[in-house]
Order: sequence, then C-alpha cells, then structure tokens
Amino acid sequence: MATVEMTRDDRRLTPWQGVVRQYDYWAVVYLRTWKSSIITSFASPLLYVLAMGVLLGGFVHVSPSRLEGAPSYLAFIVPGLVAAQAMQTAMFETTYPVMGALKWHKSFYAQLASPLEARDLANAMLAFTVFRVGSTAAVYFLVMAPFGVFASWWGPVLAFVATVLTGMAFATWTFAFSAHIRSEASFGLIFRLGLIPMFLFSGSFFPIGNLGPVLEAVAKVTPLWHGVNLTRMLCLDNVDGTTALVNLAVLLAVLLVGWWVAIRTLERRVAQ
Amino acid sequence: MSDSTDNPPDAMISARGLRKSFTDKGGTTVEAVKGIDIDVRRGEAFGFLGPNGAGKSSTMRMIAAVSPVTGGELRILGMNPAEHGPAIRSRLGVCPQEDTLDNELNVFDNLYIYGRYFGIPKREVRERAEELLEFVQLTEKRDAKVEGLSGGMKRRLTIARSLLNRPDILLLDEPTTGLDPQARHVLWDRLFRLKQQGVTLVITTHYMDEAEQLCDRLVVMDRGLIAAEGSPLDLIREHSTREVAELRFPVGDHEATAEKIADLGDRLEVLPDRLLVYAANGEHVVEQVHQRGLRPIATLVRRSTLEDVFLRLTGRTLVD
Repeated sequence: MATVEMTRDDRRLTPWQGVVRQYDYWAVVYLRTWKSSIITSFASPLLYVLAMGVLLGGFVHVSPSRLEGAPSYLAFIVPGLVAAQAMQTAMFETTYPVMGALKWHKSFYAQLASPLEARDLANAMLAFTVFRVGSTAAVYFLVMAPFGVFASWWGPVLAFVATVLTGMAFATWTFAFSAHIRSEASFGLIFRLGLIPMFLFSGSFFPIGNLGPVLEAVAKVTPLWHGVNLTRMLCLDNVDGTTALVNLAVLLAVLLVGWWVAIRTLERRVAQ
Repeated sequence: MSDSTDNPPDAMISARGLRKSFTDKGGTTVEAVKGIDIDVRRGEAFGFLGPNGAGKSSTMRMIAAVSPVTGGELRILGMNPAEHGPAIRSRLGVCPQEDTLDNELNVFDNLYIYGRYFGIPKREVRERAEELLEFVQLTEKRDAKVEGLSGGMKRRLTIARSLLNRPDILLLDEPTTGLDPQARHVLWDRLFRLKQQGVTLVITTHYMDEAEQLCDRLVVMDRGLIAAEGSPLDLIREHSTREVAELRFPVGDHEATAEKIADLGDRLEVLPDRLLVYAANGEHVVEQVHQRGLRPIATLVRRSTLEDVFLRLTGRTLVD
C-alpha cells in the first residue's frame, strides 16, 4: 500500500470478465434459493401438463389439422406450456431481483464500487436468467420425452433453444422496466396487463385461429406467440421454413433491442 | 501521470471547479456541488465536514467514480473518472453511508464474493478475508449471518470489505453515523491503524469530534461550496477563540441578555437554548457575567471546536 504508481490504466473489463467475476455471487444466490424455486420452476409446470394436457385434453377429440398438426391435445399443449413457462420464469427473475438490487439490499451499488460497470451487472443477472429459464425448460423436455409428444429427437433440442430465446426476449425488457420504475407496485401492471393475457391468448392453450381475425392478428404481434409457434413447429416436426425464420427474427430482434435498452436504463438509473 | 498541468503531481485526488447537479423527482435542478477545489495528498486523512445536504456525499460519489461529473475537472490517482472508471475503482476502497452488505449471507461469504468482483484469485481472496476479519475484530463472527450483527459490526465488516483490494485510497462516507460511542471508538482505532499503514483516508462527517479526531486536513462544506480549509487546529485558531463560555438563561431571555454582555468576548452567538461567548479566557467571562448581576441557569467553559468554526462561517449549527 505504500507505493502508488501514478500510471494511467485504460483497461476496462471485457463483457466476459464482467460476468465471470460475478459467478461466485450468483452461485451463492442459487444455492440459497434453489429449494424454494423447485415448486414454481419444476413441479407446477408439470401439474399444468397433467391437468390441462392429460385430463382436460382427454375431452379434446379433434383431427390433427385443427391442432396445428399435433396428433393429440397433449402433444399440442406441451410446447405451448414450455414456452409460456419460459416467459414466466424470465419475468420473475428480472422483476423483484432487479428492484431488490437497486432499492432493498442495494447489491448493485455495492458491486459498482468495484471495477464492474452497469453493463456487467445487467449481463450477469441476464446470464443467471438464461440458466434459470434453460434449466426449467430442460427439465420439462426431459420429463415429457417418454410420453411420445415429440415427433423427433432433434426437434425438442432446437425447441429448447427457441424457448430460451423466448424467455430472454421477455427478460431483457422486463429488466429494463424494473430498472426504470421506483416502486414495486408497478409490477402489478406488467403481470396483469402483460403476462397473464399473453399467457392465456398467445396460442399456448389453443390455436389462435379460434380467436377471430382481429384478435388473431393481435396475438401474432406478441413475442410469446412467435416463441410458442416456433417451439411447437419444432416439437411436432411440422416446420414451415418462412414462418420459422420470421419467428426467429422477431425473437432475436426483441431480445437484442431489449438487451440494449436494459443496459442503458440501468446505466442511467445508477448514475443518479 | 495526469494530463492536466495545474494538478500537483503527488495529489491522490485533485479537483478544480468541480460541480454536480441533478434533476430531482419534482423535475427541478439541484446544484449539489457548486464548484470546489480539492487536493488530497498521499497518506493523509482528509475530511469533508458539513451538515446534511452540504454536498459531501455527492462529492464522494464523484470521487468514487460512480457518479458522473457535471462540470469542472476531477483526477483520481491521476486518472479521469469519465474515461477510467473501472481502473480507478480497482484501486479505491469504498465504505458507503448505507450498508450494502448481503444480509442473507454470512460474514465470510460477504467478503469472499466482493473480492471476486476485483478479479482476485479465489485462494488469495480467502486469505485476505481471514486477515481482514482479524483486523476488524470479527473473526468470531466469521460464520454468522450479517442480519444479526450490530450496527458497529456491520460497519466494521463494510470496512473490511472495502480493504479487500488493498486500496490506495479509502473513502468513508459518514463512517460512524448511527453508532453508539463505544462502537465509534473501536472504529476510529481501526482507521488510525490504516492511516499508519499509509492508506490515504477520505472521510465525510457531520460530527466535529470525528473530524478533529481523524482528519489531518479538512474542508468545511456548506451549500455546495467550501467555506474554509485547513487542519482542525488551524481552522479553530483562525476562525474562533481559544475558549467558549456557554451560558443558559431562562427561555426567552437570551436576546435581551445578549445585549448586556456583548462586550465581554470577541464574539457572541445567540442559539435557541443558550448564548455562546467567544473569548480567550472563558472563566473570566463567566465571572464578569455574575458581577453584572446576571444569573445564568447553567454555565460551561470549554475549548473551541470545529462546531464553533462552522457556526462562525455559516451562521448555522452542524447538527440541528
């Protein structure tokens, strides 16, 4: 401590270093919370499959053409549920945790006293969200595989990537929203006006052709529909190339723009 | 080396015409810092003394390279925080006013995780964490959750955390606010030791005793500006008398009484609850007050402190 080199130091952390240095933090956070997240992440999605796919689906006897090519209602609903679950997990991981890091336990401010920057904090939390979304989706796919709902082995593998993309498209924008608002009361807004309507009407539970032309057009604008549609096409081995590319492009665009907005919003928030 | 020519080469921190303004929730622009010059030298304990809202914390946040500078020039370790924020922060220790510890983790993990943010190798972080726990006398609490620690222990843990990267400069924002007297003395003792080891300390405080105890040199801040600068002793010598006689009269009598004794000292201050007469010899003032037939309820003769300097410079007390 006695000698101080008064040299310039232009080194900034690379984005990779910025995230890796927070690995231990997020590992500890996960070890602390994984038990309480088991029910919401793994058990309740499978209860949905049981109740809606198996039991409710037992009443649904229609030709595959009315189920977007799915041989059964169970095969139809599983990809929709995985994608919708990815959205939910992603949004939960980027609402209260962001608010807490800024307002309650202020961990963002503690981290900003180190060489880490706002960019690194956003990236690490989003990386953790990828892990959370990915692990829940992976369990979903693995558990459902023996029940004959997937048409090929590579379909679910690609669908897994699609669900993670779907989740992250929501995670980035939710992160930006959470970094912007001052009070957690505003979360009610995105849960009630965003999450729940999308969850119900973006094609997870029934083909959106049943909505009528106007609402169908609305549903097709939601990122969740693009996620659900892509996931389902891959799982059922019923891929329309052009539609798949549009779905993928929309998800990627929403994700990347949201990522940029999330970082900018956090930078502005912590500079105050 | 600094690219600015008028900054002293040995300055750990140097500011010229430093300003900070921001827009508050109501949309009005607040000028928190209105143009200050500072030079902090290597190895010294430098203080910002002033009441709440004087601009101390805003200044500290700029020095910590987290809050962007609005105007003027700032160099920390010779570097511009706008360009070299991460590099500067890797050599600073920051002990913020509000504890930002992770309450659900234990004491050791709080240190370990934080050290990793600086890219210190795992083994090295563990070793330093154990050493620092020893230093802040928290080894026994190593595995305790932070939530159950006392305020003084949390503050010591925060200081240990801020030392993990072996900083050249340690920033302490109101380090003992909210602590009981005993906890304050333990903390001061640790800070003295750091200073002996050559760490440059920058402290903000609104406690004049803290400033007198800890600071080699300080600036008195008021309303975003520097009102005076110097060592605590110099400031007292320059802006106050050696002694102060505090006289308490029945409520409502202070203004009238003040006129009768205004000639007894160099200066006289009327506070809501007492009169302060500034003079070289306080006992002598008290004697003369009695000779004039006045009967104060209570009297106290004491040495001048920085509180008196502040009162003199700003017309206000530090702690309302």
